[in-house]
Amino acid sequence: MEKLLNELSCDGHSAFSLPENDMPDAMTSSIPSHLTRQHPPALPQVSEMELLRHFTRLSYKNHSLAKNLYPLGSCTMKYNPVVNEKICRMAGLSRLHPYQPENTIQGALEILYELEHSLCEIAGMDAFTLQPAAGAHGEFAGMLIARNYFKSKNQQRTKIIVPDSAHGTNPSSATLAGFSVVPLPSEKDGSIDIEKLKIALTPDVACIMLTVPNTLGVFEKQILTIAQIAHDNGTLLYYDGANLNALIGTARPGDFGFDIIHINLHKTFSTPHGGGGPGSGPVGVKAFLAPFLPVPSITKKGKSFALAFKGRRTIGRLRSFYGNFPVLVRAYAYIVALGGKGLTRVSHHAVLNANYLLSVLKDVLPAPAGTRCMHEFVLSGKPLAQYGVRTLDVAKRLLDKGYYAPTIYFPLIVEEAIMIEPTETETKKTMDEFVAVFRAILAEAATDPSTLTTSPHTTPVSRLNEVEAARKPILHF
Amino acid sequence: MEYIPSNPAEVKEMLASIGASGIDELFAPIPASARIEKLHLPDGISEHALVKRFQTLAAKNRSLDNLVCFRGAGVYDHFIPTLVEDIISRPEFYTAYTPYQAEASQGTLQTIFEYQSMICALTGLDVANASLYDGATAVAEAVLLAMRTSGRSSVILSAGIHPEYREVVATYLQGIASEIVTIPLVNGATPAAALKQAINEKTAAIVIQSPNFVGTVEEMAVVGTLAAANNALFIAVVNPISLGLLASPQEVGAHIAVGEGQALGNPSGMGGFSFGFMACRKELSWKMPGRIVGQTTDTQGRRGFVLTLQSREQHIRREKATSNICTNAALNALAGCVYMSGWGPDGLRTIAYTNAQKCRYAFEKIIAVPGFSPAFANQIFFNECAVKTTKNIQHLQKLLLKNGILGPMGLARWYPEFADVVLFCVTEIRTKEEIDRLVEVLKQA
Repeated sequence: MEKLLNELSCDGHSAFSLPENDMPDAMTSSIPSHLTRQHPPALPQVSEMELLRHFTRLSYKNHSLAKNLYPLGSCTMKYNPVVNEKICRMAGLSRLHPYQPENTIQGALEILYELEHSLCEIAGMDAFTLQPAAGAHGEFAGMLIARNYFKSKNQQRTKIIVPDSAHGTNPSSATLAGFSVVPLPSEKDGSIDIEKLKIALTPDVACIMLTVPNTLGVFEKQILTIAQIAHDNGTLLYYDGANLNALIGTARPGDFGFDIIHINLHKTFSTPHGGGGPGSGPVGVKAFLAPFLPVPSITKKGKSFALAFKGRRTIGRLRSFYGNFPVLVRAYAYIVALGGKGLTRVSHHAVLNANYLLSVLKDVLPAPAGTRCMHEFVLSGKPLAQYGVRTLDVAKRLLDKGYYAPTIYFPLIVEEAIMIEPTETETKKTMDEFVAVFRAILAEAATDPSTLTTSPHTTPVSRLNEVEAARKPILHF
Repeated sequence: MEYIPSNPAEVKEMLASIGASGIDELFAPIPASARIEKLHLPDGISEHALVKRFQTLAAKNRSLDNLVCFRGAGVYDHFIPTLVEDIISRPEFYTAYTPYQAEASQGTLQTIFEYQSMICALTGLDVANASLYDGATAVAEAVLLAMRTSGRSSVILSAGIHPEYREVVATYLQGIASEIVTIPLVNGATPAAALKQAINEKTAAIVIQSPNFVGTVEEMAVVGTLAAANNALFIAVVNPISLGLLASPQEVGAHIAVGEGQALGNPSGMGGFSFGFMACRKELSWKMPGRIVGQTTDTQGRRGFVLTLQSREQHIRREKATSNICTNAALNALAGCVYMSGWGPDGLRTIAYTNAQKCRYAFEKIIAVPGFSPAFANQIFFNECAVKTTKNIQHLQKLLLKNGILGPMGLARWYPEFADVVLFCVTEIRTKEEIDRLVEVLKQA
């Protein structure tokens, strides 16, 4: 058990050295005592080496991509090129003030401009904003764009159709933007039933949010028809880019008929997840929606770049400054490194790897969406019930074997779901080793189920009491 | 460079296992008419060429490594201990996903728990979340939290809140039947009389930033009393470094404290190395947005940490969630965690005091220069001071830049009434010599 910082704390210890104070002694602050703090903050007092050891020991308690396969479906845990970490921390890119004069940040603006235009080409859209700080933030921006677009056309459209296989952020973002959500029941493989869609598609539907391929890893075969039906109804089509890795360089959401799209740079474009962020969720639109994009936008005149802060129809500002800049730098570096051909090979190998894994796992557990997939697939752990074992137990047992667990219990439409996405950056050998372990665990489920149901055994802690955590919250030391 | 390892033999083996004739076959479900021949992007380049390319791009910028920075306005040039970057550069942290599988994520979970603890210590409040995107979205989420809790639909914003934060609040409220009442500044501060007049039974919250955007340390306790008397929530927007010295949000009666965390160990980064922090009173915890880590025990009674109060969140509640946030700003908050862990209460107080002291020194020197005068009467400020000038501000900025100085922020962009006011920021790393040199250049303007 690693001590908490307050348990490491010792009066009078400190880690960091204060800058020299070269002020004249008589120089005091201008702040009267009634505005100052009465009780100093109870911050820990720890030496620098103790801190180094503390955080290093804690780092050992994490599974990470740097350690082994991270087969989380829908999260696209691909290699985060180490060179991009160095690049985004170059002083000329990381030590910039957002309010510097434009002529002193031309390199930064060029990166933003070029990234926007690369994403337009990749997604088949006409304009992009890099402002959204994450996928959900991009969805919210997209929903506001739809809202403001229909407002400008004096149309009362209050509903958003979201398939029940979609990520939870979809309905949540639509609600935040003031829409009501119409859940659309998906077919067994997560795809859309055109007849059901037609019934749901009333004249007051502003937008249909789709994830393509869907969260079962199945490409929406009827996508062109869906786009036609939506547009005939005056409804916009929104693309959740969580699964763009399956399509990049092979097909473009814009060509399918999508009007608005967000991309997760922390998935398809290899920027690290950072233990939960920061990510980035750029939003692309077709030309007729470009006036609604958030501000600021990047413009180019001749050879110089500038920021534009005004727009008559803009949805406004989504966050301070210009998006998660270091994430944008990494994503642009990734695009430049791979180039057009390399990016196409990404989707090829992402889909190849996923199909390979599915081909060797489809006999061990049911694959409700069939025996072919795009970049990810879903298995059902339901048959394990005969041994008293659940999907959760398989997931925990994988932790024992040095793997992170796949995404589990999502999508909600598959019972005991196990969602696996290997990505293109894993080797066949790594996948084969994973398959061997996965098979062994399933064999163990039959012979020794209690080892699974009480797992994990080798991790720093065993199963944690989540009920207790929520019932009697202890949220700080 | 492609980062794709498979060789042709492996591809062949995999295709055989799949029973496919080629990779192309796997894309059969995509209508041929909707596929592309190729991407119209340049070919990829080597790692060496990539680094060169970005060195060239970086060289087109002037970084704070070779500019002396007297600009703040929401992003601050503070000392960053080497340990901070060292820890967040560990791939065990930066290549990890959101800690959903707690047993294999105790490193991330414990650091978030420690981060939450120190945000609680700084703000004096009971509960902190794991981070939001940035200061602006943190304010917007705080306003939504106040509206959810109170069932009221109006919010009072001081004009002293960062203008971009106010823009973001307006963006976030577009989908909600609500009203924003903005209180203009008087003498650089939010006038209590105007707040009193504006507050009513529809007011969900009063939001005040201190130090505010024009640098003034606000009389926060007065606002706390006023909010309490009207059953409205008080949202304090604070600079975390200033809390080493200034009254904590808890001490002034705030229900919610939010702010931008960049100053805690993150570089200026074009404003992109951000995280939003949020803390609130216990009774609001179930309405909070974002992830929260809690302490619990494992099956053997050992201490461990998990994501908790999850039934607030989008992956469980979908359209009924308290917020749509999923990915936050964890790694930047980890930098904040390491930063906060190494100073102790006295160290942070000293840093905060040094900021205030150096800014005061600069202020006294600057207003002694002909053509510069205090922007407000009896100015009380932390590390940013507003100064009125008779000089041509554009010309002044150019002259400073020519001398290697990133000059003060002009306020005209957001406040037409302050067209002749500039905002100097002085942090603990500005030296007396640098300040004196700034003053010398101002004399030449």
